[in-house]
Amino acid sequence: MAVLNEEQSMLRDAAKSWTQEKSPVTAFRKMRDSGVDVGYDAAAWNEMAEMGWAGVIIPEEYGGSDFGYLSIGLILEELGRTLTASPLLVSAVGAASALVLGGTDSQKTEWLPKIAEGTAVGALAVDEGAHHNPDKVETKFEGGKITGKKTFVLEGFKADVLIVSAKGPDGVGFYLVRGDDAGVSRTRLALADSRGAANIEFKGAAAEPLTGGAAVVEQVLDRVRAALSAEMLGAAVQAFEVTLDYLKVRVQFGQVIGSFQALQHRAAKMFTDLELARSAVEAALQAIDAGTPDVPELVSLAKAKMGDTFHLVSNEMVQMHGGIGMTDAHDAGFYLKRARAAEAAFGNQAFHRDRYAKIQGY
Amino acid sequence: MADFGGGDLDALRTEAKEWIAANFPASLKGRPNPMMREERSTPSPEQEAWRKAMGEKGWGVPTWPKAYGGGGLSGAEARVIQQELGRAGAYNPIGGMGVMMFGPTLLEYGTEEQKQEHIPPIVKGELQWCQGFSEPGAGSDLASLQCKAEDKGDHFVINGQKIWTSGAQYADWCFCLVRTDTSKKHEGISFVLFTMHQPGVEVRPIPLIAGNSPFCETFFTDAIADKKNLVGPLNGGWTIAKRLLQHERSGLSGAGGGGFGMGGRGIVQMAKDYVGADEDGRLSDSDLRTRLIMNEMDGRAFQQTAVRSMMESRSNSGPSAATSIMKNAGTRWMQDRAELTLEIMGHQGLGWEGDDFSAEELGAVRGWLGGKATTIYGGSQEVQNNIISKRILGLPDLTQNN
Repeated sequence: MAVLNEEQSMLRDAAKSWTQEKSPVTAFRKMRDSGVDVGYDAAAWNEMAEMGWAGVIIPEEYGGSDFGYLSIGLILEELGRTLTASPLLVSAVGAASALVLGGTDSQKTEWLPKIAEGTAVGALAVDEGAHHNPDKVETKFEGGKITGKKTFVLEGFKADVLIVSAKGPDGVGFYLVRGDDAGVSRTRLALADSRGAANIEFKGAAAEPLTGGAAVVEQVLDRVRAALSAEMLGAAVQAFEVTLDYLKVRVQFGQVIGSFQALQHRAAKMFTDLELARSAVEAALQAIDAGTPDVPELVSLAKAKMGDTFHLVSNEMVQMHGGIGMTDAHDAGFYLKRARAAEAAFGNQAFHRDRYAKIQGY
Repeated sequence: MADFGGGDLDALRTEAKEWIAANFPASLKGRPNPMMREERSTPSPEQEAWRKAMGEKGWGVPTWPKAYGGGGLSGAEARVIQQELGRAGAYNPIGGMGVMMFGPTLLEYGTEEQKQEHIPPIVKGELQWCQGFSEPGAGSDLASLQCKAEDKGDHFVINGQKIWTSGAQYADWCFCLVRTDTSKKHEGISFVLFTMHQPGVEVRPIPLIAGNSPFCETFFTDAIADKKNLVGPLNGGWTIAKRLLQHERSGLSGAGGGGFGMGGRGIVQMAKDYVGADEDGRLSDSDLRTRLIMNEMDGRAFQQTAVRSMMESRSNSGPSAATSIMKNAGTRWMQDRAELTLEIMGHQGLGWEGDDFSAEELGAVRGWLGGKATTIYGGSQEVQNNIISKRILGLPDLTQNN
């Protein structure tokens, strides 16, 4: 755990107590069973917004607290522990950072205060296929209108504002489209992790360009990737701790199974990988806050290491729980499903390994 | 990342720069540290002069107390010295087991007399120490050691055998675990010091798979250790040994500072040179490329963890749990890297000797073989995992039953 300042410690403690009291994994289960189309509990999201969490990276002049990325990472880590579903990642990090970095004054004035107070939800429409590939953009911006198809837009089904990557006269960049525009057609996707996502077709939807072109697209994606890695860290740590607790109580052959060295050493390996991944995730968030030039490589390092680690821990959670881990009544399956969905989002391990090496020139 | 020092370090930096310029012999610039070589040759007059200068200054062990000849500096100040040595192309001539393991342990557990006697020669690089811990029947289960010390009034008489005694053939003194009570296991072990230059000590180097002999078998036949050289209480040596092993592990993992960087052109450039790249600059062998990236990432995350655990231990949050993983993470990374280096070089990476192979190639094969020891010594990979399981994760310990 990084060394925190006073505000960060308070944020983390608040997030920890809120998720444990108000949003344990049973709340996620209830949300899933309810089949709610947005993939999160609106009442819980309101509570989060009331605590100011949606404004953590937004400047004070637009109603945020401007605490930065390590701070929102701490909140997401706690939310990740209990698999709390919310638009915090794509709205308060994704859409918010797109507007902060590339929004015009009028776009900022209109949308940032609403995003900060949680009354508007923003989403990022970037991918156009089954894999994250932000360089491959067929969606077009012409004459003030967007045409094209975007896939797997997280929290996109009912988002109020869509930040869409498209090819315009000056190349790829972000464009702002209102969710209720007549040219927006959305199809809800039912995914294994029960979180909200949609395919979106833009049929000449009215759009306003953001500034900054492809560079801002990349910067925004890196902020979301780092923040998602923090959520994955929380989920992986929780999955590990639940598994460890089980190793200490499950008795076979007359002793707790945690006394078997075969399992102990797998637990030690998971702990080692979690510590390494935590360092990578925190370093990426700190680099974004510090504005250092190595953000892209540190983010790819974090997303790749965290993806590998969550992958391992979620598999081991099911395996070490044995038959009970296969049942829907147990939480292990939730962590396993969330792991794969989070790995695939905004670039899986293969994507980020390749990107890391390209940045380093090989 | 974080800046570890303030402007008050500037004065020290200037002093260090000037002192190194005045004392470091120009002919040694960029030369390897003779302390890091397994085969020790007689030092040149320049090497001797540099060792003496650093020894007098105390900067070879910058954070050790001034009272015993150390530098008396803070961690931040010590890094300034390290940086300035690096910048000047100078090596630290003060090293070995006395610096890495024994000195820090004696400073913590020794009596005032013991510290006065033994610390200054380590600071000055005058005496080398070796570690008498492992025995043929006591490796991972170190506490089952049998080497016996009998109480003869003002001294102990030591009989038995030690093995894997690194550098025993060059050592002047030995810090040794001996059995002083056969009725108990951990509580029957004492920590004693004695000179290697006595008739009862015999050293035989062990040729290893890498072709050299950094380790020895060491035999004691009525060897003598003075009573004043018992460290800690009689039968209280195990606590001290555990503390010493912590120093050893932090040194072996590279977390103790320095020793991390790769010399030469770096593994990525090496891979491009041997294997080639496509028109986009990617390594032509995509399978190798993926594994190389993973190793690069492992190394980077390891470094980040070293920084994080240092920052955490400097804040008020107490010792960092991250330190427990450093040895396994560091050695895993290094061994994988050595394997990758060999694979990158192909057959050229398997040369044993001769002019058909570059020094880098010959070094790679020896380093690969020698590096296999890193997951065995200093507490094997498996022992490290036992320690994490028991002490950090709170899983039951089944290794302490006997």
